This record gives sequence, C-alpha cells and structure tokens, in this order.
Amino acid sequence: MALSLDESAVVRDGSPALPSAAALELRAVEKRYPGQRRPALAALSLLVPAGEVCVLVGPSGSGKTTAMRLINRMIPLSGGDILIGGRSILDSTPTELRRQIGYVIQQVGLFPHHTVRQNIATVPRLLGWERRRIDARVDELLELVGLDHDELGRRYPSQLSGGQQQRVGVARALAADPPLLLMDEPFGAIDPINRTRLQDEFLRLQERVRKTVVFVTHDIDEAIKMGDRIAVLREGGHLAQFATPAELLSSPADQFVADFVGADRALKRLGLVRLADVELDPPDQWPQPDERLPLDTTAREALARMLSAGGAPLGVADEHGSVVGIVTIALIGRLFSRVEDGRPPESRRGPPPEPNR
Amino acid sequence: MHVFIDAFRFIARNGQIPGQPHLTTLSYYSLETAKIAAYAMAISIAIALPIGLWLGHIHRGSFVAINAGNVWRALPSLAVLAIGVAFLGLGVANVLLALVVLAVPPILTNAYVGIDQVDPTVVDAARGQGLTGWQVLREVELPLAVPLVMAGVRTAALFVISTTTIAALTGYAGSLGEIINDEATYHLSGVLGAAICIAALALAVEVLLAGVQRALTPAPLRSRRGGVIETLPVGWIAAAAAPGRLTHKGQEET
Amino acid sequence: MNHVLLASAAPIIPKSLLGNPDSYACERANRLFCWGWLSRNWGSVLWPALRQHVVITLIAVGLGFAIASSLAVLAHRYRRVEQPVVVVTTIFYTIPALALFEILVAVPGFGLSLTTAETALVSYTLLIIFRNTLTGLREVPADVREAAAGMGMSRWQVLARVELPLALPAIIAGVRIATVSTIALATIAALIVNEGLGVPILTAISESTFKTELIAAGVLAVALAVAADALLVGLQRLMTPWARAT
Repeated sequence: MALSLDESAVVRDGSPALPSAAALELRAVEKRYPGQRRPALAALSLLVPAGEVCVLVGPSGSGKTTAMRLINRMIPLSGGDILIGGRSILDSTPTELRRQIGYVIQQVGLFPHHTVRQNIATVPRLLGWERRRIDARVDELLELVGLDHDELGRRYPSQLSGGQQQRVGVARALAADPPLLLMDEPFGAIDPINRTRLQDEFLRLQERVRKTVVFVTHDIDEAIKMGDRIAVLREGGHLAQFATPAELLSSPADQFVADFVGADRALKRLGLVRLADVELDPPDQWPQPDERLPLDTTAREALARMLSAGGAPLGVADEHGSVVGIVTIALIGRLFSRVEDGRPPESRRGPPPEPNR
Repeated sequence: MHVFIDAFRFIARNGQIPGQPHLTTLSYYSLETAKIAAYAMAISIAIALPIGLWLGHIHRGSFVAINAGNVWRALPSLAVLAIGVAFLGLGVANVLLALVVLAVPPILTNAYVGIDQVDPTVVDAARGQGLTGWQVLREVELPLAVPLVMAGVRTAALFVISTTTIAALTGYAGSLGEIINDEATYHLSGVLGAAICIAALALAVEVLLAGVQRALTPAPLRSRRGGVIETLPVGWIAAAAAPGRLTHKGQEET
Repeated sequence: MNHVLLASAAPIIPKSLLGNPDSYACERANRLFCWGWLSRNWGSVLWPALRQHVVITLIAVGLGFAIASSLAVLAHRYRRVEQPVVVVTTIFYTIPALALFEILVAVPGFGLSLTTAETALVSYTLLIIFRNTLTGLREVPADVREAAAGMGMSRWQVLARVELPLALPAIIAGVRIATVSTIALATIAALIVNEGLGVPILTAISESTFKTELIAAGVLAVALAVAADALLVGLQRLMTPWARAT
C-alpha cells in the first residue's frame, strides 16, 4: 500500500491554495493511551486516492473513530505519520489543519445560537473570507444540499428536522471546499427511512464534489453502499482487510471478515449489481410481463420482487419506458453462482438516479 | 490589627467587660441565637417541606412554588422585620414570624424542584412495578431529591441565622445581634467578637447540614462528577431560576 | 409591579383621594400609611435614596460579575481552580451580612466607607455568579464543542464564539439572583454608609413608631428588585434569540 504520492495524485480545481480533493495516506499510524498496555491502534497503513470514499468499519473497540480523529488531530498521534496531498498533518497547527478538513459527526454539533447560514459560514469566517464571498458560498451550499427553500437559511438548528440538521452539517463541512471530508457515523442517529434517503443524497453530492472522504460506520451494509474502498478493522485497531466492496464480499480475507460481512454476503453482492450491467434475456423470449423494473434496479431487489410476485419473470425498462430485456429467477441464479465462485460481476458503481420530487 | 486580638480576648472572656459585671454572657446570646434559629427552622420545615414535596410529586403548582422563591429573594429581611414590628410589636413572636416568612420559600421551592425534576422514566418504572404514589415518593423520589431538598434547607438555615442578628436592629434583644448593635457598651472589639461568633455559628451549621445531606444521599449519588459545585447550599437557586436545559435537536423528519 | 405603580402614581392621584397632603392629620393619628408624607418626602428622602441604592447595586453586581465570571472561565479551563474558589466564596456567602460588615469595618483601611459596603456586597455575589457561569460553560453540549474544535477553532475562539454565548442563559440567571439579593442586602449597608434605601428604613426604626417611611422604603426596595429582574429577563431575551426559536 505504500505508494508514494506526487502532485498528480492531487485533483486541482484551479485554486492553487486548496485542491478540491487530496489523497490521504496513513503510514504505520499508532495510538497508545498512557496506562494501557495494548495500543488502541496498531501500525495502521491505508492509502485513499483523491476523490474516493474510504469507509472505516468494525465492531466497537476496533479503533475506527480513533483512526479518524487522528487525521484532524482531535487526538494526538503516538507514532507513524498521516499525509494529506503529500503533506504531513504535523506540518501545520491543529487549528490550521482542521480548517482544511471537513468534519461531520453523528450528533451533528450545529451551533444552537447560530442560524443555518451562520453555521455554514463558520469556517469561511474563521479563514477571514470577505462577506460577499461567504454569502455566495453559503447560497451555493444550501442549493447543493437541497435546503435552498422556505427561508431555511434564517432558521435556528432547533427549528430543523434531524435530517435537515445533518444536511446543514454536511454543508458546513464543505464550506471552505476542503480537500478531505471526515464523517463519523453521520447518519447513525437518523431513522432507517431517512437514513437511506440521506445516504443516496450524499452519494449524488459526492458525484458532484468528488471529495476524498473518510467515513466511519459500524454498519456493514452502509459501508458497502457508501464506500469505494472499505477498511475492516478488528479489535485493537488491526486492519483485517482493505478492499473494494465487491472484493470484500467475494473474498473475505479471513473468518473475522467473513463473519463481519455476514453469511448473506453473496446476497449483498447481488445488491452491488445493477440490471443495466447484466446480460438480460431478450424481450421476445418471454411473454410481455405486466411489471417492469427500471434499469438501475439491483439484482438483489429484482430477486426480491420476483419472489414476492410468485417467481414470474419481470420486464426491465429503460428511461423511456420501453422494455429492453427480461429478468428471471434462473438468470439471477446464474449470476448468483458466479458471485459465489468469486468472479466479480461487471459492476459500474454509481449513485441511484434522482427520485422524482 | 489589635482590634482583632481584643475581639478574641472578648470571646475568651465570654463577652464580659471588666467593671461591668451585669452583662449577659456571650455563650448565652449564642445559645439564644441558635435556639430561635432552630425553632424557626423547625416551624418552616414543618410547613414548607410537606407542601413542596407533595406539589412536586403531583407536578402541580409550579408557578406558586417557583415564584415563592423568586419573590423571596427580593425581600429585604430588615424591612420584613421592621414591618412585622408594626403589627406584632417587639418580641419573639414578631422575630419568629419574620424568620418563618423568610425560611419557607427556599425550602418550598427546593422541595418542589427536587421532586419535580426526578427522572420521569425512573418514576414510571417504579409505578410499573406496582409501587403506590406514597411508596414512589418515599422510595424513589425523595432519595433522589435529597441534594436539592437539603440545599433549600441549608439556604434557609443560613438566612435564618443571618436574620436573627438583623432582628437586633429592630429592637430584639435575644441574639448575638444585640452585641453587634451596641457598640457603645461593647466597643468595637466586642462588636467584632460577636460578629466572629455569628460567622462561626453559621459556618458550623453549614458544615453540619452538609454532613446530614451526605448521610441522607444514597451512596451512588454522592459527589458525582467530582465537582464540589453540585453540593453547594445555593444549588436550589439555579434550579429555580435557570431556564430549561439547552436543546438543539429537532424532531425527527416526517 | 403594583407597588411601583402606586408609589410613582402618588403625586398625580387627585388630592381628594389621598386627603390633603398639607395636613399632618394622618401623621398625628399615626396611621399605618400616610400618602401625604410620601408626596412631601419623595423628592427629599426617597428618590435620592433610591438612586443611591441603584448605584450601590450596580457597582456591587458589576464588580462581582467581573471577578466571578473571570474566575469561572479560569476554572472551566483549569479544573483545580474550582475548589479553592468555591471554598472561599462559600465562606463569604455563609457569613451573615451584619457580621461580615462589622468584621470588614474593623479591618484597617476599610472602616465606615463605601468601599467596606461594596466589598461585603460584592463578596455575596461571587458564589452565585461563579457557580452559574461555570455550570453554564460545562453544560454546553459535547457535540457542539467537538464540532467547534473539529472545524479549527482555537480554545479561545471556542470559548468566545460558542461556549460563552451558549452559557448566557445560565450566566444571566446567576446575575439576576445576584442583583435581586444585592438590592435586598444593600439596605443593611446603611449601617456603614449613609446611603441607599436602608437609610430611611433605619431612620424609621430608630426614631419613631411612624411606619410610612419604613413601608415606603421597604416596598421601594422590593419594587426595585422586581424591576431589575424584569429588565434582566428582557436583556436575556434580547441576547438569546435562538432560545425562543422552536
């Protein structure tokens, strides 16, 4: 993993001071607490390419949050080094460093005494931006997270729903266009329905901003959904596996990882495959089915729909509504056995499409 | 600083001044001060505690209970005593009444707040296990409310002792204030000696009541967070005057 | 508030209702309260005493706030400051007012002066303001503090921009208590300096059985306390607009 990083690893957006995304490298990072014999984190090395989402996942006590808090120096390193865009985090003071790293936490931590706009403007104000530039940036961010209506910007956090608060938290973290975003179980306190919605929204947002993101969660399903790469940590801060979601599901490194991803990992892999990427049966091979699925439906969801429909084949329609193919249980079965063999199916990762508003 | 040395000589002579053998002793005044303070406290507790506890238990009457405390703070004890004299004349009855008037509000307010703020889920759990209202109060609410209830009693006690001396200004002769108010007879050293005695008495009562509070508080609740702040006699004041806890979490998205 | 209305309205209420203010009949009969006395002595006795009382209170609470809130900020940052401050201020708070005044008078350099009175009054405000400020600072939600630090605020920026504003309700609650109790206590300061509403009260007690002066001054002290409290509540509402947002 010890690739050396040069400037080409940094995606630039034209502003020389702040790249819009920067590679993150953890080099043999170690954290020990005084009075404890075993380290909380032992020699953790990771490389996250610029613009990718890296999920740190693991049971409690695996040091995933510790690893994240070391990056913005909320806790001091005991050993090793961390580089952002090739620069050591130890080269700047903690406050300087943190102003260049977006930070989103589970409890959001919005300032109750500031309006939504003031909350989002926090870091630009700390950086001494001009007022006009701050106003323009806040408008841009409110639009980005979909809160640019109903005078939401003038409200106080207590007047927002939990989901809206978390959106403001994300906007606040992105305010100064940091090259790196740290997210500590950002959707952990949100109910399942809204969590899914926020996850989808964030993936769409990430498509636009392409930040380097470190995302901490204890939920393997969320990790698989959100991550370009997943680092599975086990107790004591040891890295059990660092891989793409597909690799993690097809070939877990050891029994711990296999147990952690769950016995239904093959099913979960079907969740990574979209019908658009599968060779479907031609439409004329079957009688025209009543029910149609959009092309971006996952194989897992298609299977569930067919099972609940009594096992009948279903049509797959493109965005114009014309049937481009037929999906059957047998077809999913063939896909499934390939998945079980460990051959990764062709998969194009991407966020689900914008739902109709 | 010889005045202070003379003051301690005055205390050592038990308030006697050479050549004036008829003077009442310092120990007598101290005992009288403690006595009237104790009577006032007993009456006040008997009145305020049951009312406060009961109102807290049924979570009613917060307006009366809290505002009793707020109005009380604005009452100049000197004026209360003096106005009382206008109605009851000089004497024990007036002083006792003034003391009770001044001691009831903090005890009442604190007893109310103490019981009212007990974690409702704990009370609910107790009810769910079949405890009667009286048992909930005795077994659950009261033990958990001890720190706040006692803070009210301690505040009242300090106030009562303080006020017994002020009573001397309105002509009441049965307390250490009598010496403080009579510099002509006792000189500055005597006044200072009596002041030191009353300060010592107040501190002793405070320490004693803090000990009682500690003994009454269930062990796991003692000195939590390591801070001393929570065990102060003014605990009730913030409880009564501070607005609701900071919350900034909105309701879940619908 | 009724008291304020009555007292200030007295001069404009028709004379027929109050009886003839030029007649001393009420005083001679030694009634409980004589409006005539009030209108005759408002300008010469009560108004100056009230003004002095306000000044005494402002100085005491102002100094007390400056000292206690600084100590609380210090104790918030350095935990070991808390205990000594609490012990000393609790002792001040515990010593009965009259005793503290007399002890201070005996200290060289103090004597019967305004300094003595203010020192005693300030010492009573310390514990309450210190305690409330420290509690307010400590009750700032941990996630808010975490977010502030995580965005790159220095410790002083966190204090000035986040913790102190959020502690305002608790701080002002402490100042309210301190102000109201100082107004009540300042009546006793009249034993030391010839100022404030305590002067007419003490005069009334020592000189006669005439009660109007006593009641008027006592009621004025209570009214002043209620007015000051209301003013501080208004100030708090003004300074914490987020607290009203729901």
